Formats: sequence, structure tokens, C-alpha cells
Amino acid sequence: MTHRRTWGDYAFLTTNYALLLMMGIVTLFPFLNLLAISLNDAQDTLKGTIYVWPRIFTLQNYDTIFANNNLAMAAVRSVVRTVLGAGLGVISTAMLAYVLSRKEFMFRKSFNIILIVTMYVNGGLIPFYLLVKNIHLINHGAVYILPTLIGVFNVIIMRSYFESLPDGIVESARIDGASDFQILFRIVILVSMPVMATVTLYVAVAHWNSWFDNYLYASRNPHLNLLQFELQKVLIGSVNQVFDQNTHIDGSDARRTNPETIRAAMTIIVTVPILFVYPFLQRYFVKGMTFAAMKE
Amino acid sequence: MAKPAPQVHPVPMGAQPSLSFGRRLRRQYQLLLMSVPFVLIVVLFSYGPLWGWIMAFEKYKVAKGIWHSPFAGFDNFKLLFRDPQFFNALRNTVVMGVLNLVTGFFGAIALALMLNEVRSRFFKRTIQTITYIPHFVSWVVIANIFATLLSPDSGVVNALLMKLGIVNEPIYFLGKADLFWWIHTAANFWKELGWNTIIYLAVLSGLNPEHYEAAEVDGAKRLQKMRYVSIPGIMPTAILLLIMSVGWIIQSGYESQFLLGNPVVIDRSEVLDLYALKYSTSIGDYSYGVAVSMFKSLVSIAMVVAVNFIANRTTRNRLF
Repeated sequence: MTHRRTWGDYAFLTTNYALLLMMGIVTLFPFLNLLAISLNDAQDTLKGTIYVWPRIFTLQNYDTIFANNNLAMAAVRSVVRTVLGAGLGVISTAMLAYVLSRKEFMFRKSFNIILIVTMYVNGGLIPFYLLVKNIHLINHGAVYILPTLIGVFNVIIMRSYFESLPDGIVESARIDGASDFQILFRIVILVSMPVMATVTLYVAVAHWNSWFDNYLYASRNPHLNLLQFELQKVLIGSVNQVFDQNTHIDGSDARRTNPETIRAAMTIIVTVPILFVYPFLQRYFVKGMTFAAMKE
Repeated sequence: MAKPAPQVHPVPMGAQPSLSFGRRLRRQYQLLLMSVPFVLIVVLFSYGPLWGWIMAFEKYKVAKGIWHSPFAGFDNFKLLFRDPQFFNALRNTVVMGVLNLVTGFFGAIALALMLNEVRSRFFKRTIQTITYIPHFVSWVVIANIFATLLSPDSGVVNALLMKLGIVNEPIYFLGKADLFWWIHTAANFWKELGWNTIIYLAVLSGLNPEHYEAAEVDGAKRLQKMRYVSIPGIMPTAILLLIMSVGWIIQSGYESQFLLGNPVVIDRSEVLDLYALKYSTSIGDYSYGVAVSMFKSLVSIAMVVAVNFIANRTTRNRLF
């Protein structure tokens, strides 16, 4: 850039940077605010004006949560669901996408149409609820995995990526006598890491974040309650419902905490795992999104 | 890989029209194994609910099941169109859908244009990384964040408004029906703003640099380059995305309204899905709930088809 900067350029640049910086702060501040509240003494928090730094530092709120058996188990279940759901989901998606990327596949066109239509047509909430009920998935663990096993959008992203690979990769493996399963799992998946990472992130985040299926289809089975659902209960103000009789908050503990700080601490616990993985995968999903969008 | 080439015929796997159906079936059994179960799952969970639409024309009784429940014709729909609550839910759905659409559309374009002017890679990446974060957290977390920020007792927003002297006493934001649409829109905007810029940034980085150079030679300033090169560059994508999302206005979701809403603001927060859910699960009238779901799906399909037709005519871009 050899061109000389004018006064107007500087004014523009300054405004632009300032606005973007503000945007960044507005996005980040609520998280920092919650973090500070979660690390602050419960009684003191009620006085307000906690911004991004705790006034009276304590880990009491986190202690209370982790001491609660309900919540600890819910956290374990959430992790199991996420790992299982993401693992199975990505493998299923890859298999379907691989088949649809094979030009010689006999049902390629009909399967494509069947899948695409579902992106535009859906029965609605109540018919779906009744279906789940009719096939006896209510209060059954499979309700977390089966209905969302195949995300059509993810299939399309993956299929496009597989189609963009050079034909020679698959052809030469076939000549060497490899089966389709071997070609997919030993070659295609390994050379498609960006798209695999993208879809894994999408699927894992969706599993980790979901609570509505818990609320609607599995809230009567306490062995299926997930962390997000417990958090939602705290949100609607029924802290007592979460900290029920089987936890022993004695008098001193009860005084040292309050719904607001518990809510903040739980929100942080639910958010942190995502913040941990996502910067590492960012370059992949940006590429994946862009790729999918351009292909469309 | 050092194995000698096996005797498998190196048949090009393209078209093999000469093979009979049965032989192709046998030859592609692995591909079938890898796809048929998953297609069946999609069919079950995506087309299965459409079956339930029959119930909208019945007076469904759980004990009698879908086959033996008495037929009711359009009675459920007649009831529906006579219920003011239904129209209230319809209004809420459409209003929040439109507000989300408009703010999201202009917000994403503005942020993308601003980010595009940043020369420092580090700064740009940092802002991008930060603004994507809310997209990845659940609505439960977002609702908790907003409840904390807007809390009348200790929330930062009220503290700030009081300090600036704008209000004299704390406002109970989430308890005011009049504010619900705006709070909901703000939450949605905040959550998706960064994420929605990805596609525009991709288009902007793909624009021909010669256009910018030519504009510069013509003496264009930054804002002029933005106006005459960047904005026209992203317009086709922007219009296509806008047209596409218009078809989805009635599908603006229910999670956010469910979580941010409460009984006090229900007049403004209840959307069609939640209205249907209420009737079905707490009152037990499934037929009525299905009628609501069906109405919503049909409107949505009609809108998507119409929008696809318009997109086809105006931009030569078809969605499907």
C-alpha cells in the first residue's frame, strides 16, 4: 500500500476499529460478568455492581454444585451423550455421504431427493412428539441419539467434500481390491479431516446444548436428566427442584449461596467445554461453512 | 500396497447400464448396507410425523388410536380459526420472525463490511473468534445470561441505567410484556451476528482485487470503495439469502421464546409451537395440537415454494 492516507482515512479507520472493539466487548462482557458473579460471595453479589472481577472471591458456588449428586450425574450423562451421539452421528453421516458421492450408486438420485425434501417439509412439533411416543422412545435413552442421527445439512456438506476429492483416490483403491468400507474408513475419511472436524463440532455442540428433547421426551426418567435441563430448571427459578431432598445443603451452606450465583456458576460449567474446543476447530468450520455455502 | 494387482476387473465405476437390476444390487451391496439403514431412519423421523396429520381431521382418543378415533372433518380447524389465542400466537411468531430476519440481515452485512476494512489480521481474527462464540452456546445459557444482565436486583444493565440517570428505579425487563419482542430480538441478534458474517466475509475475500484498484485509480475513498465495490459485490448473495430466509419466517423456533418467556409475558412470547404444545400436553387435545402444527407446516411449505419461484425468476438462482 503505497497510497497516502488522508485525514478521512484515519477518521474512518479509527471509527471502524472502535466500533469493532465495542462489538467484541459487548459479546465477551456477558460471559465475563457471569464468571465474576460465579466466583463472588453469594451474599455480596446481591448488592450488585459486579462487573468482570469478583469482589469477594470464593469457590463456594462451584463446591455446592459439585457436591450435588444430581448435578454431577447430569454432567456425566451430558458428556456420555455428547461423545456417543457425536461418534455415532459422524460415522453414520460419513457412510451416507460417501454412498451419495458415488456416481455409480443405483439409488443415488432417489435417496438424494428423499433427504433434500426433509429440509423443507416437516410434520411439526406435536406430530413428532406423537411419533416418538408411538415407537416407545419416551423416557428411553435412545430418544437422544436416534432422531438426530442423520442431519441432512451435514450429509450435504460431507458429500460435497467427498465429491471434490480426486477420483483417482477411490479408483486406485478399488483396483487394489479394497471394499467400500475399507475405502471409506481407511482412505476417504483420513483425507477429509477438515470436513470431518467441522461436522463433528456441529454434531457434538448440538448434543451438548440440547435440552428440549430431555424436557419433552425424557423428563420423567431421572436417570436421563442432562446438565442443560438442570440449568433450565434453575433458570425458571426452581432451584429447590434441582437441589432436592437427596442433597444435604445444611443451614450454613444455604446461607452462603443463592439462586443467582448458582445459576451463574452452572452457566459457566455448561459453557466452558465449548469454549475449550472451538478455537482449535475454528479454521475448519469457517472453511467448511464457506465451502458448503459456495457449493450451494 | 506392495501386493500384486488382484484379478478384480478394473471396470470404470461410472455408468454400467448393461447390468441387470439384480446384478447391480449384488455388486453394490456394501453401498446399500451403508446407506439404507440411515435413509430409513430419516424416513421414519421426517416422513413419519406427516402420517400424524390424519389426526387433525379426527377427534383423537388415545385409547382408540389413530385408526378408530371418530372422524371430525375440519372441526379442529374451525375451532382454531375462532380462537383469539391462536391469532395471538400467529402474530407473535410472525413478528419475532420478521424482527430476527431484518436485524440479522443488516447486522451481518454491516459487520462483514467493517471487518473487511481491517488490515490487521490479528485484530480481525480476534474479533471474529469472539463474535462466533454465542452461536455455539445453548439457548439455555443465553437465557441465563440475559436473566443475569437484566436482573432488577443486581443486573449490570439496570445498574448502568441508574448510574447514567436514565431511570430512577430498576426495570424488571423480563417481566414486561411490551419489552419481550425487543429483548428476544436483541438476544437472537447477539447470538447469531458473528456467525452470519461468515458467508459474507467469504464472498468479500473472493471479490476481484482489480475492482478495488480501478476504484482507487479513479480516486475513490474508503467509503466510496465500500459503496461501489464491496456492497455491489455481496448483493447477489445477500439477496439470495434474504429471499431464502423469508420462506422460514414462520419457522423462527420456539426454544428462545420458551426460555426467555414466563407466565407474565405470555401474551407476547407464546408462538405457534408452544401454543400447540400447551393444548396437546396439558389439555390432552392432540388433534387440536396437530391441526396447529399442520397449519404452520403448510404455510411454511407454501412460503418456501413461493420464495423459490421468486428467486428463480429474479436472480436465476434456485434453491431446489
